[in-house]
Amino acid sequence: MTTELTVTRGRGAEPRPPRRDDNDDIGPGKLSWRYRLTRLDVKFSPYVYIAPFFILFAVVGLFPLLYTAYISLFEWELGADEQPFVGIENYTALLADSQFWNAMVNTFSIFAISTIPQLIIAVLLAVLLNTALRGRTGWRMGVLLPYVASLVALTIIFGDLFGVQYGTVNNILELFGVDRIDWQADRWWSHVAIATMVNWRWTGYNALIVLAAMQAIPRDVYEAAWVDGASKVRQFTSITLPMLRPTLIFVVVTSTIGGLQIFTEPLLFSPSAGANGGATHQYQTVVLYMYQAGFQSQDLGYASAMAWILFMVIIVIAGINFLLTRRLASSGEA
Amino acid sequence: MATITDRPTATGPKPARRRGSKRISLADRRPGFVVYGILIAFILGSAFPFYWSFLVASHDDQKFTADAPLLPGGNFFHNAGRVLDTIPFWKALGNSILVSGTVTVSVVVLSTLAGFAFAKLRFKGRGPLMVFVVATLAVPTQLGIIPLYMAMAEYGWSGTLGAVIIPNLVTAFGVFWMRQYIADAVPDELIEAARMDGCSMIRTFWHVCLPAVRPAAAMLGIFTFMMSWNDFLWPLIVLNADNPTMQVALEKLQSGYYVDNSLVLAGTTMATVPILIVFLVLGRQIVAGIMQGAVKG
Repeated sequence: MTTELTVTRGRGAEPRPPRRDDNDDIGPGKLSWRYRLTRLDVKFSPYVYIAPFFILFAVVGLFPLLYTAYISLFEWELGADEQPFVGIENYTALLADSQFWNAMVNTFSIFAISTIPQLIIAVLLAVLLNTALRGRTGWRMGVLLPYVASLVALTIIFGDLFGVQYGTVNNILELFGVDRIDWQADRWWSHVAIATMVNWRWTGYNALIVLAAMQAIPRDVYEAAWVDGASKVRQFTSITLPMLRPTLIFVVVTSTIGGLQIFTEPLLFSPSAGANGGATHQYQTVVLYMYQAGFQSQDLGYASAMAWILFMVIIVIAGINFLLTRRLASSGEA
Repeated sequence: MATITDRPTATGPKPARRRGSKRISLADRRPGFVVYGILIAFILGSAFPFYWSFLVASHDDQKFTADAPLLPGGNFFHNAGRVLDTIPFWKALGNSILVSGTVTVSVVVLSTLAGFAFAKLRFKGRGPLMVFVVATLAVPTQLGIIPLYMAMAEYGWSGTLGAVIIPNLVTAFGVFWMRQYIADAVPDELIEAARMDGCSMIRTFWHVCLPAVRPAAAMLGIFTFMMSWNDFLWPLIVLNADNPTMQVALEKLQSGYYVDNSLVLAGTTMATVPILIVFLVLGRQIVAGIMQGAVKG
């Protein structure tokens, strides 16, 4: 292979006649062999290059998902000798399982109080970062700091900060004359605490995404608005926000897919609760329940049914988001 | 003063224009101390948990019952030593570096190859296949862990690092990211020229495409490394306490009925420091990567 290249290069360096003549000199047999090889190279190389992704996705992504649907039709216990077919029994049991519905509600509740405030703060933060700050990169890195921290470590730290008796958050509240809050036992407050971890981690990151979109808005639009006498607030609501909409939807879509699978934060929130998600499952999410049912109670069929339902919920929501994006974003590739 | 007034022009578009639009857009105004104040408060809030972690780790556990001290104590190395006795810290660190490193190299190479094919090569089914790749971005493959676990157990891979590495060797995000970048960054003429000179496909990739995509590949590498470093659910299921990644080891440190906070937070501090160092060195690129990705995606 190497020699071939040097030969070609050497020839290219000469003050040369057109290449095609060169090739004709080689002779018919040699030409067709090389020609065929090049044809094969052109034809199949692209498939070889993209193959790893598709093979891997099929093996560790698509197949397991489909097989999850299959398992969900059996009473499948880890290590049991036989797995009896039960049809949709896992699903009917699941739909009658109050703990599952509780987990579903918790998931959506945590998702809502982590996404909505986060978006609002991210947009406001982006406005601040979009001013002519001194040392811009430094500020941007500063707000991104939480994003790089290890999730497990931070969840443990936050679990400590939100401690009931000696937690710092409660100490600070008390300083302001507010009663101590039981961040773990109270359902609503536990959701707030967990959502705070999510917000703390992702707000800066999303602010940078929004900031990038803000900087992509053409300056002329603002100039035109200024000529028309629009105030700063008016410019923000009538120009900035509408032009940010595709980006905001993008942020929502990505946080939906991740947010509905939230697991680490509720698992590690309180050391003693573990996969229970609190004494009365007050902050147990769907993936956490799935983990508990499948890998702690060894009931893989039941856990699979749960995974499959959550999968469909996510696909439906992502689909709705996608349609919304298509309608709202008039242009753009993605 | 001269240097200060000069500065914004370096970042803004043109000096003349800037003066005219100064009052128009919030974007051009020199922010006052309120803006700086809010940003400083935000960043302090961002940094506080890190500080807190170190603070607790540097005292002994009893200190944090009634009045918590605000300055670090001298107990950190004692606590760090206890962490090393409790969990296989160095092994976990090595495992995490090995796993994330392998995954990163593989994702970057395979995604760049696939991105090159999607952006620059003509082949049947290119459009639909690319749509498929983008669609898989929305598929929560994490929900397929049950059969994946069964398969790993069946083939005796559970407990090995391979079980954590193999499912992550190439990602849809990586392929999409590299495709977007290569489509813009590598001129078609250059590829055609290489082909005319008799370069094979792979040689064209190596000599024309790779040099041009280094910045995007580096960013993809950073993101992949951090994502892999933080991966938790799957490693927790498939690895065991003797051969953990950093995240799994930390979880083991925390679980139990009596929790020694200074011990646990010494562990989290030790696990966070390497990542913080990476961030200080590469933060600029990470910021640029996120902002570029936002505009492209």
